[in-house]
Amino acid sequence: MDWLTEFPELGRRDLRDFRKGIDEGFKSFTREYGENIENFFDPLLQFLIWLERLLLATPWPLFILIVAGLGWLASRNIKIVIGSAISLFLIGYLGMWEDTMSTVSIIIVCTLLCIGIGLPTGILMSRSKRAQSIITPILDVMQTIPSFVYLIPVVMLLGIGKVPGLIAVVIYALPPMIRLTNLGIRLVDREVLEAADAFGASSWQKLTQVQIPLALPNIFAGVNQTIMMSLAMVVIASMIGVTGLGQPVLKAISNQYLAMGLLNGMAIVALAIIFDRISQSYGKRLQNYRGGHDE
Amino acid sequence: MSDMETKIEIKNLYKIFGNDPQSMLEKVRGGVTKDELNDQYNHVLGLSDINLKMPAKGLQVVMGLSGSGKSTLIRHINRLIEPTAGEVWIDGENVLAMNEKSLRHFRRNRASMVFQKFALLPHRTVMENTIYGLEINGMSESKAKKQAAHWIDRVGLTGFEENYPSQLSGGMQQRVGLARALATDADILLMDEAFSALDPLIRTDMQDILLDLQKELHKTIVFITHDLEEALRIGDQIAILRDGQVIQQGSPQQIVLKPKDDYIADFTKDINRGRVIQLKTIMKAPNDQPGPELPGEMLVEDAAQLVTESPSSQARVTNDAGEVVGVVGINDLIRAMARPDIDSRL
Repeated sequence: MDWLTEFPELGRRDLRDFRKGIDEGFKSFTREYGENIENFFDPLLQFLIWLERLLLATPWPLFILIVAGLGWLASRNIKIVIGSAISLFLIGYLGMWEDTMSTVSIIIVCTLLCIGIGLPTGILMSRSKRAQSIITPILDVMQTIPSFVYLIPVVMLLGIGKVPGLIAVVIYALPPMIRLTNLGIRLVDREVLEAADAFGASSWQKLTQVQIPLALPNIFAGVNQTIMMSLAMVVIASMIGVTGLGQPVLKAISNQYLAMGLLNGMAIVALAIIFDRISQSYGKRLQNYRGGHDE
Repeated sequence: MSDMETKIEIKNLYKIFGNDPQSMLEKVRGGVTKDELNDQYNHVLGLSDINLKMPAKGLQVVMGLSGSGKSTLIRHINRLIEPTAGEVWIDGENVLAMNEKSLRHFRRNRASMVFQKFALLPHRTVMENTIYGLEINGMSESKAKKQAAHWIDRVGLTGFEENYPSQLSGGMQQRVGLARALATDADILLMDEAFSALDPLIRTDMQDILLDLQKELHKTIVFITHDLEEALRIGDQIAILRDGQVIQQGSPQQIVLKPKDDYIADFTKDINRGRVIQLKTIMKAPNDQPGPELPGEMLVEDAAQLVTESPSSQARVTNDAGEVVGVVGINDLIRAMARPDIDSRL
């Protein structure tokens, strides 16, 4: 009756060979294509570096003014504008300006990437049941797999640095963008689409004039989620060489610097709240036509 | 109907919903009924052997209760629904055989549609909604706006151009729907229960607007409704649909005076017949008695009012040339208005 109490395991040696096979396989893949892949991502790295330098070269009052201006354009809410300006000022006053600029630049690049990849993918999903049934499980994996697990192959392939960090952040932050784009387009009223058909709209006209505009509030919720999740990934990304507010937090953990950890953590929170309020109130303003009379 | 030119001709149209409509088609042609098809084969018979000729420049009403297939039928005219079998001929072209490009051209230029739940674009203003069809067709914005402004004015929405649909009442929203459909200048107007979602008073208002516009525009209108009262009021021709089949077609008077079966008779018995039947339908041979001279197209109800106010007890009925062609006594008027089931009890 051994077979009942003993689980039928793969032999220890077989298991080791199995793992080794995968490791070796991936290593040779890395040796073969690592450089090509690195070259492929080079423009991205250049852009990221350029943006970071640009932000650092921008005079601080100008940067605060720009954020406040964006806040006003998006929300028309003076509280959000003043809150953003004060928190940015405090971040700089407490000596975290440069790290903050690094983080902001990586968040901007990551968000742009997520929109660039997520919007078309979400549209594809909304148009084909088959695409949806293939992509949904991939998104589930992306969202649930512990980030450390996919850091390993990324680092093996690209080493330590900004680009692997960026890829890790994108993998983590992309799913909500795709899901909400898909959802937004699927929620568009069937009758409105039928009307578009009845007036002879081509599928491109339907997509650009009806589906995307009506899905915009959801798409914007996706952008908002993407920003929030990439901010959450900043600390983990710093483990593989992404500069910014994550690195001091990491240093604080290993050295038990309580104040340092708290301050940088709070700076991440402040950034998150600024981005969230601005993008959310813009998303809400996009739906004004629904409410009718306000504004 | 024979004296009118036919604009839309539907021939042997079938629509079966389900997994394998083509093989079910043989069964339906072989005499399987809607219920049998549903119970035994799990397919729904939407439309069964529809043959209809719709007059050019006329208002054709298709009337039926929910599930009768009327909305399915109208969607075959601009092919929002693909048929299982059959033809829809418009100006010598079979819509159901068009390729994608000519179908799009047809929808953009020759047939526009008004929907039961308005189906406006909620993110666009009244003006932007009205130019929608023109914009799709590639017209420049300034030209489209000029053209749309005319129709916005015609449906009485001037001043609301910059409002969003959610800021308007149902009746106003449907006016936008009407303006949007009229703006493309298509000569066929498809109206799918266009006024059914509106309050009774506003519904009558909208019917008046439509009839007014029609007097001038002479479009070929296909109007779907479940409301017989509405059908009789606006229709030049009425087709009654039940279980996906046309069970009677004719003018409003024919439907009311000669219902083809009990089902239709049941419908028509609660109708105010005085508002449907015309004098020329019930007049008798002319006599020498005096009486007000009334045109043959006048409705019995209106005539009854005039005759009671006059000193005589009959009306003299005239034709288009103004000649007296018959008389209608006050008793005839009353009999015409009475309900048929009461009539038979006496």
